[in-house]
This record gives sequence, C-alpha cells and structure tokens, in this order.
Amino acid sequence: MANGTTTADGTAPARMEREELVLNKRSYNWITERICGVIEEPQPFIWWLLFIPSALIATLVPIGLIILISTGVGVWGNNHPVGWGWAITNFVFWIGIGHAGTLISAILFLTRQKWRTSINRASEAMTLFAVMCAGIFPAVHVGRFWMVWFLAPVPNANGIWQNFKSALLWDVFAVSTYFTVSVIFWYLGLVPDLATIRDRATSKIKKFSYGLFALGWRGGNRHWNHYEMAYLLLAALSTPLVLSVHSIVSFDFATSTVPGWHTTIFPPYFVAGAIFGGFAMVLTLMIPVRRIYNLYDLITPKHIDNMAKIICFTGSIVGYAYLMELFIAWYGGNKYEIAAFRNRMFTGYYPWAYWCMMFCNVVAPQIFWFKWARHNIVVVMTVCMFVNIGMWFERFVIFVTSIAQDWMPGAWDKYHPTWVEQITFLGTFGFFLMMFMLFIRFFPVIAMSEVKGILPQSDPHYHEPNSDGAEPQPEEVKA
Amino acid sequence: MIYGYLCEFPSASALYSAAEKVRDAGFRKWDVHSPFPIHGMNEAMGVKRSILPWFVFFGGSTGTLTGFTLQYFTQVALYPTIVQAKPANIFTIPAFFPVIFELTILFSAFTSLFGCLALMGLPRLNHPLFTSKSFKKFSDDGFFLSLERRDEKFDREKTRAFLEEMGATNIELVEESDSA
Repeated sequence: MANGTTTADGTAPARMEREELVLNKRSYNWITERICGVIEEPQPFIWWLLFIPSALIATLVPIGLIILISTGVGVWGNNHPVGWGWAITNFVFWIGIGHAGTLISAILFLTRQKWRTSINRASEAMTLFAVMCAGIFPAVHVGRFWMVWFLAPVPNANGIWQNFKSALLWDVFAVSTYFTVSVIFWYLGLVPDLATIRDRATSKIKKFSYGLFALGWRGGNRHWNHYEMAYLLLAALSTPLVLSVHSIVSFDFATSTVPGWHTTIFPPYFVAGAIFGGFAMVLTLMIPVRRIYNLYDLITPKHIDNMAKIICFTGSIVGYAYLMELFIAWYGGNKYEIAAFRNRMFTGYYPWAYWCMMFCNVVAPQIFWFKWARHNIVVVMTVCMFVNIGMWFERFVIFVTSIAQDWMPGAWDKYHPTWVEQITFLGTFGFFLMMFMLFIRFFPVIAMSEVKGILPQSDPHYHEPNSDGAEPQPEEVKA
Repeated sequence: MIYGYLCEFPSASALYSAAEKVRDAGFRKWDVHSPFPIHGMNEAMGVKRSILPWFVFFGGSTGTLTGFTLQYFTQVALYPTIVQAKPANIFTIPAFFPVIFELTILFSAFTSLFGCLALMGLPRLNHPLFTSKSFKKFSDDGFFLSLERRDEKFDREKTRAFLEEMGATNIELVEESDSA
C-alpha cells in the first residue's frame, strides 16, 4: 500500500491531486545552480541598496547602548511605576518573531509538512537574528551593565545564589537554551549544503572556509542515517522548547499580581501570538527574496497560501485570547481587573494603542479567509506589515498600560520613550536586516538537500514517465 | 595504495536497487553517496537504525540531574533562600521545573550534535574519495557507490565486473595517499 500498489479489489487507490512543491519539474542540478547562484554571482544592486542603509542604521544600537551604559538607565523614559517600558516590549517582540523559524523547522518537520523545505533555512536564520536582537534588551536594561553576570548561575561575593524561583531567571535559561539549540539545529541542517558550495568553490579561500564548516561531508548513507536521526531528535527537542520559551516569557508577567498581567491564559496566548508574528516576518522577508533572486519555482503560491492560512488561524487564536481576557475581567468581578481593561480600551493613557493592536492583529488577517487574498502578493505583504506592527503594539499594550495605571491613582504616571530608546529599537531593525542580507550573501537561502529530497524522482521507487512523455501513472508515484 | 572503487548510477532508484545487490553479495565496507537522504536506503543497504537516541537519552538525563542539583543545592542545601514567602525545601520543586526542563533540552541538543558527529566520524579534513574529480557531483545531482579495498570480498577484477554488471558508470579506482 505504501508503495502505491493496488488495493485488495484490484483498483488503484483514490487520491487527491497534490500541488507540486517545486514547479516546472526542475532537476537537481537546476536547484543547485539557482540557489548556489545567489551566493556565487555578484549581488544585485538592490542587495547593496538594502544592506548599506541597514548596516548604517545598525550602528544606532551601539550608539544607544554607549549612551545608556555610560550615563545610566535614566536616559530611558522608564519611571515609577513603569519600570519596564520599551526594553521589555522590544525583547518580547523580537523573541516572538523567532518562534516561527523553530515552528517551521521543528513542528512542521514532525508533522511531515514537506512544503517547509523551501522556507525553513531562511526562517531559522531569521530566528537567530531575532533572538540576537531580543537578547540586547534584557542584558542592558539591568541598569548597571557590568553587573549583568548576576544573571548567570554563579554566586555573588556574599555567597548568595540567584533566586531560581523567579520567572526572570527561568527566562535567562529559556532564552539562552533557545538560542543555543536554534544555532545547533540551523548548523546541522546547513552541513550538506555547505558541502555543495565547497564542491563548487573555485577560489582557495572559499574552498577552505566552506570546507572547514562542511566538516568533510561525503553524503554517505551511513552518515545520513545518523544525520537524519540527529535532525529528528533536534526537531523533537525544539518542539517543546519553542512552546516553553514563550510560556516562560509570559510567566514574567503572569506570575505577578498586576491587574492585566495576572492571567492564566498568557502562556498559550503568547505562544500563538509569537507564531503569528513570526510567520508575518517570514513572509515579509521571503516575498522580496523570492522576487529578487527569482525563486518563484521554489517558493510557490502554495507556500504563501499555507503561511497565510497559519497567520489567519493564529490571528484568530490571538483575537479569541483578547476577547477572553475581557470576558474574564468582567466575569471575574475583580474591580481592579475591570478597571485595568477599561483603561486599556477607553479611559487610560493609551487606548489608541489598544485599538491599533485590535485592528492589526484581529481584523486585518481575517481577509485570509479568502483565497484571492492569499494569492495576491500586495494583500499578503500589507497584512504582514499590519501584523508586524500589531504584534509590537500588543506587547506595548500588555506591558505598559497595565503598570502605568495599576492600583492607586496617586502612583500612576504616563510613560514615553526617550530618543535613546527610540534609536536603539530602530537600530535593532537595521541589525536584523543587515544580518539577514549577510546570510543571503554567504549561506544557501533555501535548504538544497531538503528540497531535492522532496522531488518526485527522489523516491527510490519512482519510475521515469513513459517515453511518449505521458505523466507517470498514479500507482507508480508514491504520495 | 588503492582506497577502493567509486562508481556512479543515474538515479536514486538505480542506486537503491544497486545497494540491494551489493548488500546481498555480502559486502561490508561500502557506502552510497547521494545529495539527499534516500528514503528506505537503510533497509536496502542493511544498515541498522542509528543508536544516537541512546546517547541523547543519557545526555538529556544528565541535563535533568544537573538542573535539579544546581537548584536544590543552591536554594535549599547550601544557602536556604527564602523569597516571595516561598519556603526553601524539597516541596518548592515545582518552581525548579522550568530550569530543569531547559537544561534537559540543552544537554540533549548538545548530545545530538556531538553524538551524531562522533558516530559519523566527522569532522575530518580530507578523505581519499575527495581525490576523485567526478565525486564532487555527489553534492549536486550525482549518485555514487563506493566499495573499499579493505572489504574481505574485494577483488580488483571481480568487483569491477560486478559493478559493471549492475549498470554502474564511471567506475574508477580511487588512490589513497600512502601517508594517510
């Protein structure tokens, strides 16, 4: 049955036509040439047009941080009661973006979604860069940066250890593990493709450097055997990891008693939101890459359609969570909770942020219920931009509005970011884009070995179409 | 010194059926090289399932123990830390779960990577197969089979005839430098 043989009564099993994941029946060599070509040929003008400005904007990060560290955390707009302002908002925003990469590489791998192969490499890279951006903020927001080693599990001068019962320390472990495991997963996936570049390299430096990182890969099946097992294990490890990371991030808030934060719905709500925002960022990056490097046969409308569906689905989960928060605030009867949500929506300092979030995250993605919208690149890009903005506002709304107006009106204060915070955040976008452009320049943007593995002719039981050019019969093709 | 034979097959399915024949002929020191993992090739070659999960199980367990010991000893045994009105004893273990979990994953991931490399015998800087010019195609669209001289059944003439009979092309004798 598995080999597409006939059923007991002798008829061919009924099956639905599957959309091809690589269009125009491309050969292995075509895939190698096209993807290695991105690295080997001179970069198009638009690459420089994106790279140089983003590298310049990235310099705002060190500038902002030098001002912060040399002067003190007072250069930020944080006040009492808003001790956590943009720093935590940006941290959660960036770490959330990373989650789509791990979802695509791990969860879609375990569920055997073959379409992931065209987008997993770039989204894993995106994960790494997003987590790097995220890591900047908690490291510097401690105020006295030279004390940042207090985060690590080492006793201080008085022999006192960190408080392992604190959600903030869990966060340190979760985020650093997430980054490390993502690097391992990404690198292991790269090894066969680095070998491809090594074998095509013409210059000695290229041959040496790619060869070094390709580890002497020979594509032997005795190696693939262990390699595939390692990949499977890493996928199985990353799946609970990715769910745990954003759950633990949400514990930073959910384990407190602040109205608007003290909610049991946070872990699943944050995870869904992270995947939602991450997929929007994957599309934001991959649609231009597909166009600039002419990868239309590899990243097909089917891929964009699938990702749009996931955005629609997770966006609806996020919308449900927003409404459930409101319902529980009312149903729970806690007047502080009710007041927190009334402030958030109508009477507080930032109701505009709440409605911006509502529109961007809940209303905008609903258009993806329609097929024409999922197949229209302009619509897809527009919605993704809304989601990118909306997910940042979601974090801002949750974190800042809840503490700006918490218990006693006498303690309330409005928070506004200073220019130092603004340039630092802007700089992280430059850094993110700069790293992504460098990734495109030096690494295969699509996992060649994985895409080759899903072609129909890669099946050992595949037979060539008949000499008259007819399509292979259904019973000869394995689903 | 001869390393062995290297030959090419036109497709994944041709390589698959060749692998079945080599397996049935009783060769032991041989391998197939392909640009992607071929589904079912382990059975065709008679290669056993990877034992990597065992490594990872013990690696992960080490992580679990590390997470528990790190937190129990520092919070309860060495310096009882009472914060947030939570007592410092074994019953506070639920608060230790997140770090235990993360360290389990971290240690397992490292074991997966390094265990996999150890089982593959990589990294290595060179290999006799890389002296072959045509072998470079394995990472693009070539399907290769390599048979080592060290195999007991290896015979210069007979093995070559055997490979030819299976429809292998580009059969070449790979040299091994004497220093290796």
